[in-house]
This record gives sequence, C-alpha cells and structure tokens, in this order.
Amino acid sequence: MNDMFKMVLVLAVFTAVSGGVLAGVRGLTMDRIEYQQLKFQKEPVIRAILADAENDPMNDRFKIKDGEVSHTIFPGKIGDQNIVTLEAFGKGFAGNVGLLVAFDLDNDTIVGSGVTISTETPGFGSKAKEDPSFVAQFEGSGVDQVAAVSKDGGSIDAISGATITSRAVCVAVNEANAVYKRLKPELSKSMDNLASQGGAN
Amino acid sequence: MAKSLTQEFVKGLWEEIPPFRLVLGLCPVLAVTRSVENGIGMGVATTFVLVCSNMLISMLRNVIPQKIRIACFITIIATFVTVVEFLMQAFTYPLYLKLGIFIPLIVVNCIVLGRAEAFACKNDVAHSLADGLGIGMGFTLSLAVLGAFREVLGAGTFLGHTVFGAAFQPFTFMVEAPGAFIGLGILLCLMNIASSK
Repeated sequence: MNDMFKMVLVLAVFTAVSGGVLAGVRGLTMDRIEYQQLKFQKEPVIRAILADAENDPMNDRFKIKDGEVSHTIFPGKIGDQNIVTLEAFGKGFAGNVGLLVAFDLDNDTIVGSGVTISTETPGFGSKAKEDPSFVAQFEGSGVDQVAAVSKDGGSIDAISGATITSRAVCVAVNEANAVYKRLKPELSKSMDNLASQGGAN
Repeated sequence: MAKSLTQEFVKGLWEEIPPFRLVLGLCPVLAVTRSVENGIGMGVATTFVLVCSNMLISMLRNVIPQKIRIACFITIIATFVTVVEFLMQAFTYPLYLKLGIFIPLIVVNCIVLGRAEAFACKNDVAHSLADGLGIGMGFTLSLAVLGAFREVLGAGTFLGHTVFGAAFQPFTFMVEAPGAFIGLGILLCLMNIASSK
C-alpha cells in the first residue's frame, strides 16, 4: 500500500513539475515564435502580394477580434487603393493549408493571394504554393462569389493531380471572404486610423 | 565498472558510437540526413535532450520507484524534448521547419531512453553527464558524416555550397529514402573494416 502511494506521488509530482516547466518555457518563447512564423511564413507572401505598397504591411499589422479568435491583418496602401490582407485555412491532404488573401476595401474584391503553410505532396499539392498561376485565378473575384474547383461546379481549374489541395485552397478563400465580410466595418475604421497616422508615408 | 569520466565520454565517440556501434535510433538517422545542416541540427537537439535527461534521471535515481521507472523517464525526456521544440521554433525556425515531425519524435528515440535505462539510473551524475555528452556528440558526428556523404553525392553541395563543377550530375537518389539505407550500409561497412584490422 505504501509502495503504491509512493508511485502515485512520484509520478504526480513529476508530471506537475513538467507541466509547470513547459508552461513557463512556452510563456517565454511565445512572442518570439509568433514573430518567427510571421517572418518566415507570412512575410515573403505579403511582400509578393503587396509589392507596390507605399507603407510597410509587416510593420503596420494589427489584430482584430472575430468572436473567440483574433486575426492578424496586414494593411497595404497602393495609390488610392486600401488593401487588407488576412489569413485563412483549409484542410488539405496533409494538414492545414494556410492562405493569405488580400482584399480591396473599396470594391470588395480579391486583389491577390498566396499560400503560406503547406505540407502538401511535393510535386503535386506543393504547386499551390510554388506556381503563382493557380492562386492568380482568385484575383478579381468578389467577396460574395463562392470559390470552387470546376469538378465541383465552380470556375477554378484545379492543379492536376492535386484536387484535394485545390479544394483546400478554395475553402480557405471562402473562409477568408466570410471573415472579411464579418470584419468589414472594423477593417475600414482601422484603415482610416492608419491613414491619419501615417500621412507622411 | 569504475571507469574514469574521460573513458565514459570517449566511448561514445568510437567504441559505442550511435547509430553505427549502438544500432539504435535509426528512424531520425535515415530520415533527416538529407544534408549536413539537418544532420547537425538533429544531432545537437538530441544531445541536448540526452545530456539533460541523463543528468536529471541520475540525480533522481534513488527517488524513482523501480516499477514505474519507464513512465518517469519518458515524462522527463518528453519535457526536455518539448523545451527543445519551443526553443528551435523561437531561434532556428527554418531548421525547425525542415526537421518538422522528427523533433517531437526524439521522445521515442531509443538512444535517449536506452541511456537512461542502461546507464543514468545506475551511475552518478558526473558519469551520466560524461556518458550523455559522449553518446550525443557521437550521434551528432555520425549524422553529420552521413549527411555529408548523402549531400555531396546526392545534391553536389556541402552545407549548401557547390563542391563540384557544373558538369557534375548529382545522384539524386542519394538524398531520397533508399540513399539513406545505402549510405548507412556503406559507412557501417567501412567502420567494420577499419576496426577489424
């Protein structure tokens, strides 16, 4: 009985300490990890989509709460265009596919997009990230348009051999559209703030 | 039994060098040695876990009840692995993306559990530290050599720098899965020849 008690106690103490240590390390590294993800996954895509932006979309990023989750928004100003970029996910062949979608705030259309996270099959699904002509198909479509691959009755040509990945990207686009529509009023407000702050840009 | 600290350390570098002498933990060896950089990264991560877990387990060896020792070892090892995972995400993110799933899999690396069970729970802290450091560095060395072998032949590069002229046609299969087995086999064979003389 005594033996039993000791075993339970030792293992309980071990797991409790382990949990505490991990929570501590996570707390210490969380901000840095988030920054690294921004830098290595999102920054190249953002720079590609908003290549002509007059501001710095990475520096000017802000967060907006959408119910429980908070979205990071990357704003871009190109001439008179007010562009907001946000990320959405779709379930692909091997985990989530992340997609950054840029919207023009004034006429509610998609102006650009790019895949951020992808663990899809090299040579097939990975083309969603590598071949810009696939995501280019979403450009110019309105936020009320539902994206779907042609096999499902939509207008998007799927990547050959990677229907599941193509569908995942469509799901991500539709998700991004939905988020955009929900957050539109706040997005406009934030962009106005940004414009008044960074007049010198 | 009473070996000196240096002996415990040095044995990991040749006599018991994993995975050639101590044929354990082959999963990461075969999977991540596409390049020197990956090999070294994986080796250093494993060494860190091995040294920390060996020391802690040795310190606690009189507290851990015999019947649940494996559960205790795994709890300790898993904690250190998760710490390494956080640190790699925070400081070496590109490497973390390349090694991906193999970082959390260090938890089930037989070398780490094997040293805990076979060495750390029977020896004092200093010897366990020497053992962990030796085995870990041996593992890193092996991964780097195998990685170099595969990267040079399979991609024609070393640490990303081109080593052959443009006329060199890389044996692409060396960086694919079969190349891992063939590379490991050749190195093991060379080591056996060298030590049998």
